[in-house]
Amino acid sequence: MSMVPAERLAEVLVEVADTLVDEFDLIEFLGMVAGHTTEIVRIQGAGVLLADRHGRLQLMAASDERARTLELFQLQADEGPCHDCYQRGEPVIDADLEEAGDLWPSFAPWAVAAGFRSVHAFPLRLRQTVIGALNLFGTEVGHLSPAEVRIVQALADIATIGLLQERAIHRGEVLTEQLQAALNSRVVVEQAKGVLAQIHGVSMDDAFEMLRSYARSHQELLGRVAQAVTEDPTSIPDLTTRPPD
Amino acid sequence: MSLAQVQQLVADEASLADDRPASAGRLQRLCRAAARALPATGVSINLSVDDRTPVTVAASHPATVQLEALQFTLGEGPFLDAHATRQPVLVADLRSAGRSRWPIYSPAVQDYGVRALFAFPLGVGGARLGAMAVYREEVGALSDLALDQAMSFAEAATTGLLDAQLAPREPDLVVHDALDGRYEVFQAQGMVMVQLGVPPLVAMARMRARAFTRSQRLSDLADDVLAGRLVFEPDEP
Repeated sequence: MSMVPAERLAEVLVEVADTLVDEFDLIEFLGMVAGHTTEIVRIQGAGVLLADRHGRLQLMAASDERARTLELFQLQADEGPCHDCYQRGEPVIDADLEEAGDLWPSFAPWAVAAGFRSVHAFPLRLRQTVIGALNLFGTEVGHLSPAEVRIVQALADIATIGLLQERAIHRGEVLTEQLQAALNSRVVVEQAKGVLAQIHGVSMDDAFEMLRSYARSHQELLGRVAQAVTEDPTSIPDLTTRPPD
Repeated sequence: MSLAQVQQLVADEASLADDRPASAGRLQRLCRAAARALPATGVSINLSVDDRTPVTVAASHPATVQLEALQFTLGEGPFLDAHATRQPVLVADLRSAGRSRWPIYSPAVQDYGVRALFAFPLGVGGARLGAMAVYREEVGALSDLALDQAMSFAEAATTGLLDAQLAPREPDLVVHDALDGRYEVFQAQGMVMVQLGVPPLVAMARMRARAFTRSQRLSDLADDVLAGRLVFEPDEP
């Protein structure tokens, strides 16, 4: 298979990089990687699988319907180049499906019947962490040149870095929001104590007791009640109206 | 300086007798390590309440905590700018740059001997946590190296705060440390909300204004409110 011209390759790399730094949509990004890979090495299909929290591979994107079906079959059969690649963290290059009956007794004959002859799989890996695999499917017996192998692995590496970065950011954002919420909700409880202490002329401790027993008897979270006291006191007149002396 | 190198400096920083336990103590050591490395007179890590009110989680020196209390009282200063804009605030010379930016805060913080200050936002992605403050008693910008170090310290501070979220019981410690000594202010805020019939932010603003006219710290004014020595009347300035 022949390589695509350098200018087009450069365009692809720029597009991948842009997608990584701008608004990041995971599925869109991986779909782009799969599509570009087929274009760059002039092969018929590509798919991207990522491992979930339990280490099970899931199909994330494919270049077209045929590739999608092939990937799903690999997952269902629990065998195939993508599994081997993911387990070992090593690429599978130039596998001839007609010779692979022993290796993949379910997948190989099925893929051949579907019109494919060759498969390659590249790990999505950063140092010791393997998060999935990028698979290529060809209708002819194919050999990827060393240059093509390097380029596809480079695309896979770029995708991996982007994915791991995105995960770290997402996790960080979630934790940040948790900390901020914990801080804010504690403050709201203190403010609510002050509100009730002022309305009823009681101590802060008594005010806290009022909040707590109201929350308990109304099956509400304390924080929720405190928020209502500070933001919308008319919504809980039982708490926020001083009874006539 | 890389994050790993900064974390090594923090690990190497000696702990003191009255350091807080676990991650809170680590954050105190981080502040001291940063003050040593940059160098700086004081470094503090501050979170925000309501996006506006800074609360100090850890500081390199007790005096630094007092500096932060200024921003808490006045409601203006580098913390708020850094937190809101998510950009570092770099003021190499408070005498020239400070006054127009923070007309009340600038002279007040200079009374404490501060001549330069820098604030670095803390947060991840789209989520904001607060800011790390760096104070110096000499005029002068942070060198490129020091700036780079400060950013790494800020990153380590964010990581430290978020790691505490993952450890059992520690999230409560961080919140407690941030609000320690501040509970009374928020309780007083609740009382003033009722006294004036206004929402929380307005009540806080009125308390700050009153503290300013009485030359009082906000926390002392809060004590007066709690004790009934000060009552806010509607239609009073």
